[in-house]
Amino acid sequence: MPIQSVSWVSKTLAVTRKDIVSEFRTRYAVNAIVMFALVTLTVISFAIGLLSPSKEILSALFWVILFFAAMSGLAQAFIKEEESGTAMILRLSCAGSIVFFGKMLFNLLLLITLSILIVPLFIVFLKISPADWIIFTGGVLMGLIGLSGATTIIAAIVSKASVKGALFTVLSFPVLLPLLVAAIEITRVSFTGGSFADISAPFQLLVAYDVIMITLSSMLFDFVWRL
Amino acid sequence: MAGCFTPGLFCIFYSLALQFRNDYPLKLMFELEVKNVSKWFGTRKIFENINLDLKSGQSIAVAGPNGSGKTTLLRIIIGLTVPTAGEVVFSQENKKLDFDSYRSSLSLVGPYLSLYGSLTARENLKFISKVSGTLSSDSDIGEMLEKVGLDGRGDDYVLEFSSGMQQRLKYAAALIKNPSILILDEPTSNLDDEGKKRVFNIINQYRPDSIIIIATNEKEEYSLADSVCQLGE
Repeated sequence: MPIQSVSWVSKTLAVTRKDIVSEFRTRYAVNAIVMFALVTLTVISFAIGLLSPSKEILSALFWVILFFAAMSGLAQAFIKEEESGTAMILRLSCAGSIVFFGKMLFNLLLLITLSILIVPLFIVFLKISPADWIIFTGGVLMGLIGLSGATTIIAAIVSKASVKGALFTVLSFPVLLPLLVAAIEITRVSFTGGSFADISAPFQLLVAYDVIMITLSSMLFDFVWRL
Repeated sequence: MAGCFTPGLFCIFYSLALQFRNDYPLKLMFELEVKNVSKWFGTRKIFENINLDLKSGQSIAVAGPNGSGKTTLLRIIIGLTVPTAGEVVFSQENKKLDFDSYRSSLSLVGPYLSLYGSLTARENLKFISKVSGTLSSDSDIGEMLEKVGLDGRGDDYVLEFSSGMQQRLKYAAALIKNPSILILDEPTSNLDDEGKKRVFNIINQYRPDSIIIIATNEKEEYSLADSVCQLGE
């Protein structure tokens, strides 16, 4: 059998591709996330009714929908592997960093897909549109990167516990709080039509959060994953 | 803002650069030493002071009644369970290796290991060969499926496989890595006579240049190993 070397990137993409193919066939996480987001969005739009909430509140509601939708499905990336006994295959086949970045990329793609679906519906149902699309898109993208990085390591921790679902949200909330605060602020500025100067501080916080979270998570992942 | 970006991006690229190392899973000569390994679950002793020394080309059967710690010992050997005392050392030419260095040379077949049900047999093997660093072609995968008696079933979902067929596929998944260390827990469970014969042939084929550890209660499987380590005595 010919033995060739496979680069770290190819191995990572193989993990992501495997998760995409598997998800496409089972729709395990996608169904949970999309349904949760749609139901929450509908409930919020009915609850608000004819009221006209401020843009500050709407920007917070946007991230509440994304946060809880992520909580409903992103933990599955690891829980499914542990419960079906396939996690052992990954542990014995590749380094933890490959699993971490492969799963993180899959979670990020899932969140981006969700956002593409949710943003137009949010605009239609809640009758609000970003005044500055560049700030809005940048804020959402950076927020999703941080969200996927943090939830990936937390999902790996939670997959070892017996009470998985509740623990995931409880552990995620304090870890994601700085990200949510910064992301909500950027979204608010994008709704109210502020300038780039107005988002300087929250954007720096968001970038710093993403970098620290992803770097630390990738370094600590082996300790969580191996045992 | 640039002040925040620059060190941040450097951190990400540096941590990524550390990961960019290729594995070269050639058939390597290894030595495995289990030194005074003991395992306790709370106050219950599972086993104490187990010592093994195996070099490539040597094999051992780990035998013992249910609950004697056969699987626990295997898990300690492959680094998935921490021993209460003692250590497991993998080395190559007297150079001690860490888990990351010998992972690509190690394969496991066991009842607690599952393949991806939502992928086909062929997709499972392709995925495992890729993430473990061996890039197997379609014909390599076809040969491997034929070797375990699953030719013609490569495009079926693993979910549809019987337990015996899944066991055969686990062998294909283990061998696709061309392992130097083969760990087999209950190697013939769920297999029919023809499947057992194939597994015996596979093990005998790998015996000359691999370390093989077999956890079993079947006396006929002792013949697959050079010696027997009896637990629970």
